[in-house]
Amino acid sequence: MKLIRIFFRNVRDSFKSVFRNFSLSLASISCITITLVVVAISILLTTNVNNFARLIEKDVTIVTFLKLNITEEEKDKVEQEIRSMDNVDSYTFESKEEISNSMMEDSETFKSIMEQWKAEDSPIQDTFRVKVDDIKQIEKTADAISKIENVSLVKYGQGMVEQLISVFEIVKNISIGVVVALIIVTAFLIANTIKITIFSRKREIEIMRLVGASNLNIKIPFIFEGLFLGILGSIIPVVVTIYGYVTIYENFNGQLFSPFIKLIEPQPFIYYVSGLLVAIGIVVGMFGSWRAVRKYLKI
Amino acid sequence: MSLIEMKHVKKQYKNGVVAIHDLNLEINKGEFVFVIGSTGCGKSTLIKMLYREEKPTSGSIKVGGIDVAKLRNRKVYILRRKLGVVFQDFKLLYKNTVYENVAFALEIFGIPKDEIHEKVLKVLDLVGLKHKAKTYPTQLSGGEQQRVAIARAIVNGPKLLICDEPTGNLDENTSFEIMDVLEEINKLGTTIIMVTHDTEIVNKMKKRVILLDAGRVVKDYEKGTYTHEVN
Repeated sequence: MKLIRIFFRNVRDSFKSVFRNFSLSLASISCITITLVVVAISILLTTNVNNFARLIEKDVTIVTFLKLNITEEEKDKVEQEIRSMDNVDSYTFESKEEISNSMMEDSETFKSIMEQWKAEDSPIQDTFRVKVDDIKQIEKTADAISKIENVSLVKYGQGMVEQLISVFEIVKNISIGVVVALIIVTAFLIANTIKITIFSRKREIEIMRLVGASNLNIKIPFIFEGLFLGILGSIIPVVVTIYGYVTIYENFNGQLFSPFIKLIEPQPFIYYVSGLLVAIGIVVGMFGSWRAVRKYLKI
Repeated sequence: MSLIEMKHVKKQYKNGVVAIHDLNLEINKGEFVFVIGSTGCGKSTLIKMLYREEKPTSGSIKVGGIDVAKLRNRKVYILRRKLGVVFQDFKLLYKNTVYENVAFALEIFGIPKDEIHEKVLKVLDLVGLKHKAKTYPTQLSGGEQQRVAIARAIVNGPKLLICDEPTGNLDENTSFEIMDVLEEINKLGTTIIMVTHDTEIVNKMKKRVILLDAGRVVKDYEKGTYTHEVN
């Protein structure tokens, strides 16, 4: 009961304090707001780049050509082996008849040539199209598939795919690094701003100590204050995220420059990002206050 | 029964200045003690050590059974809850009302609202400021502000009230009003230690007077006056 009373008193006092020291609170709030807007933009960018990378990676397929004139059992055996591989996500089978039919439908020239072939003359091979789970392992998987009996050739855009993967990997790591660095910088920036604002309240802390407040007694209201500042500071970034992203998405019709580069659908994406921003605001605000007030407790 | 017991206390500041030399002092429960002396004689250091704003370099200080010299920074609040401190500059929170300033000292203990209300009004009544509970300190005179500070210091019912030149910023009449309040509090059983420069007050009150000079107790009168020895 006592603890609950202390808890609510702290909440009430820190709320009051935000408004009683409004000009100082405003400084902290704007600091949180500005940095969170930057964090929001980089989160939106990185997640979209990552999403784009994932979409491309998904499209990469290992095309597995089987030897000519193999029996149904031999084909089943290959299929079994492919299925049993760890890195295989899914696969489709296209028989040589299906392939020839689709080729003949595509072009008249093909049709006229291919119609003259007898079934056993056809150079078209039965094919498995294999998609992998982990694109980084694609080379290994392709290699393993090529070693299966009755597989004649394996193609997956060797060289190009590896390059693409390494570029995406770099972009991903840099963008994550940037976001993390931004959050850390924000935390210290806010800690400093709050430190300045708390400096003017040194007296308050001194009096609290004088009347017998323990260090925890003193810290908790300030930490709650940091929490409120974090929430208030994240309002504008959240609004910017929601309206800004939806506007951009609609203006670009959900894609950037070409249908290849698809933007992430706004819902529920923007709500996750907003939640994340509020969470960062709260954590960073509390951390900042905690660090700042700690300095004044070393009496 | 002694409330404060100081044995061979020495205080040397980091810059090498020795403020207190081998000081022995005993103050009993319920006493009213003046600590006087010229500027720089160590009287402020002496009382700062009592509420553990300063730590003695050597020797032992016991306040209400707490070994202040050994008290760790984190545990200082335990001592502070047993005593009240009043300063020359009042140290009030100017953004809070009189009531809030006094209630502040109780709220940190998680005392129920009704109880806080009752105690705060009682103590404001004692210092004669019940009718100003809702005003802000800036709207009060110096004497009234000091009375708020006293109310805050005693609202917990401490055994000891430490006053560091509480009348230093006040005119004569107001000073005597403050002294009346302090005497009233002393009569209710609170031990009071007061550092002062004010000759008139010391002479009129006829209480125990401890005279410090260069960090040493040079006189300790049972019912003393502020003699000319000081200056």
